[in-house]
Amino acid sequence: MSTAAVAARGAGAGLGVKGSLSRNRRWALIASYFFLVLFAIFFLIPPYYMIVTAFKSDAEVAHMATNPWIIANGATLDQFKLLLTQSDFLIFFKNTAIVTLCVVAITMVVSVLAAFSLGRMRFWGSSILATGIFLTYLVPDTLLFIPLFQIVKAVGLLNSYWGMVLVYPTLTVPFCTWIMIGYFQSIPKELDEAALIDGAGHMQMLTKIFIPVAMPGIIAAMIFAFTVSWAAFVYPMAFLYSADQQVLTVGTVTSLIRADVYKWGMLMAGALIAAAPPLVIYAFLMDYYIAGLTAGATKG
Amino acid sequence: MADTIHTWSPRLPRNRLQEALLTSSTARGLHQVLRRRSTIAFLMCLPLILIIACLVVYPALYSIYLSMLNKAQTRFIGFGNFSFLLSRDVFWMVVQQSAIFALTAVFFKALIGLITAHLINNLPAKGQRKWRGMLLVPWVIPLALSSLGWWWLFDPTHSAFNYILKSFGHDEIAWLSNPYWARFSVILVNIWYGAPFFLIMYLAALKSVPEQLYEAAAIDGANAWQKFRHITLPMMRNIIAITVLFSLIVTFANFDIVQIMTAGGPRNMTHVFATYAFLLGIRSGDLPLGAATSLFMFPILAVAAIFILRGVRKRGREIG
Repeated sequence: MSTAAVAARGAGAGLGVKGSLSRNRRWALIASYFFLVLFAIFFLIPPYYMIVTAFKSDAEVAHMATNPWIIANGATLDQFKLLLTQSDFLIFFKNTAIVTLCVVAITMVVSVLAAFSLGRMRFWGSSILATGIFLTYLVPDTLLFIPLFQIVKAVGLLNSYWGMVLVYPTLTVPFCTWIMIGYFQSIPKELDEAALIDGAGHMQMLTKIFIPVAMPGIIAAMIFAFTVSWAAFVYPMAFLYSADQQVLTVGTVTSLIRADVYKWGMLMAGALIAAAPPLVIYAFLMDYYIAGLTAGATKG
Repeated sequence: MADTIHTWSPRLPRNRLQEALLTSSTARGLHQVLRRRSTIAFLMCLPLILIIACLVVYPALYSIYLSMLNKAQTRFIGFGNFSFLLSRDVFWMVVQQSAIFALTAVFFKALIGLITAHLINNLPAKGQRKWRGMLLVPWVIPLALSSLGWWWLFDPTHSAFNYILKSFGHDEIAWLSNPYWARFSVILVNIWYGAPFFLIMYLAALKSVPEQLYEAAAIDGANAWQKFRHITLPMMRNIIAITVLFSLIVTFANFDIVQIMTAGGPRNMTHVFATYAFLLGIRSGDLPLGAATSLFMFPILAVAAIFILRGVRKRGREIG
């Protein structure tokens, strides 16, 4: 600290205005770090507290006199053991994994085909359709869950996780198509002209040129589809009611609570494991994740 | 990507010539090719059209029909469900609470997003990634699960916040059982969840403001506030508008937080449209009444959507 202060003072004495500028900048930096730490505390309190609770013993969770913010009596994995052996958690996890994988696959096939067609080939009404896709993305799930209840019931998929595979694409396909249109349009026209001349069909053009070149966009769209169907809550809450068909979000929140006894340690352990897959993907593919987030408003 | 370009480009000039020769000799066949091309394009869009038509447009229209039936769905009652809702005090409380919930939450999300985006943008480039990664965590955790975590933080007997309050000699707060504190709590959780989204959008927008503008302003002697007021805000106006409107839709239609933390209580004072529609339609089994409740969201959402579309198009033109 002392050398920096001396350097700043020296610069200030020697260069006048410039020194005060760099001093200002240093204070601005210190203030930035200070407030960022405050915001970081606010943002990270719930995950921190969830972790702390999950590693406590039942006795410590129930004991009200000890400081709840720290693990005082030693960390234990009991809650996780209890969760994986005594509850339906693994069934929820399996159901969610099946639903999410199916939805991501369906979403990618449907939206890549549609985006290729809308971004490059054009047909009568294609620009209206592109606008319609964007508007569909803005329709929230809470507007449609009651009519969809009737539809899911009519096709016999009420209380079955295959019903989720049917309805989740309405949440993922519009946005994925929208960002893929942007990515495809950014590919130079010369590339597909060259392919056409060399005798490539439309399908070859898509698989040999567009998909490889737009890979970052495809990864971003896949991450979006994955996180949306992993976190979906309204539809399973309305359409699923028995434990063997339940998915993670609703299962953790409703089924793990038995009678009036809240096993908070186990609940938090469940919430942590359930939140882990999106967090792991985020940790490793942060740039793609953020590209997908901002693409909606910045057009690819 | 580099590979693809490399293999295609050397052949380009010669093939262009071939193409020119081909098109002149087969000008009549071109029309047919175009027609076939558009047919293929339409077929590629067909799965998407089917999904949107069957699972979005049809349910939306069906919802209007459904909302005009009686509870057993045997009789057409016109606007009976709507006028029933309008005559109920609880419904007007839902309208009021939805408006308070969405407006307050979006305002603070936008404010916190703007502040944190500026703070991160102030840092040296090397550290920005780390902070951005850390502050986006609330957005990445599935909302239902983080709401559960918040519920536990607000738990009536074991609240960890009350532990802190008590250690400072303050009285305990009944976070979720006092109606007003319950309203505060659900809004707080929504701000916590949504602010990182604003942060990311604003940070991306801040990066796109040309550095020369700030340099020119600095030479003219502008201070930090003037730079913000006359350069940053005008340059970001469009993205701020899009983000705010988008968040308004999502927040207004939010379900997870209220359903998990209070399920509408105490005394129905935290209900928003989505949870009230769920209570009437699914829990009480009156689907038509629930459908009518959700439909009240539609006009507000439609207006916001139209403005977003305008903003996105304008921005698309600006970027080019």
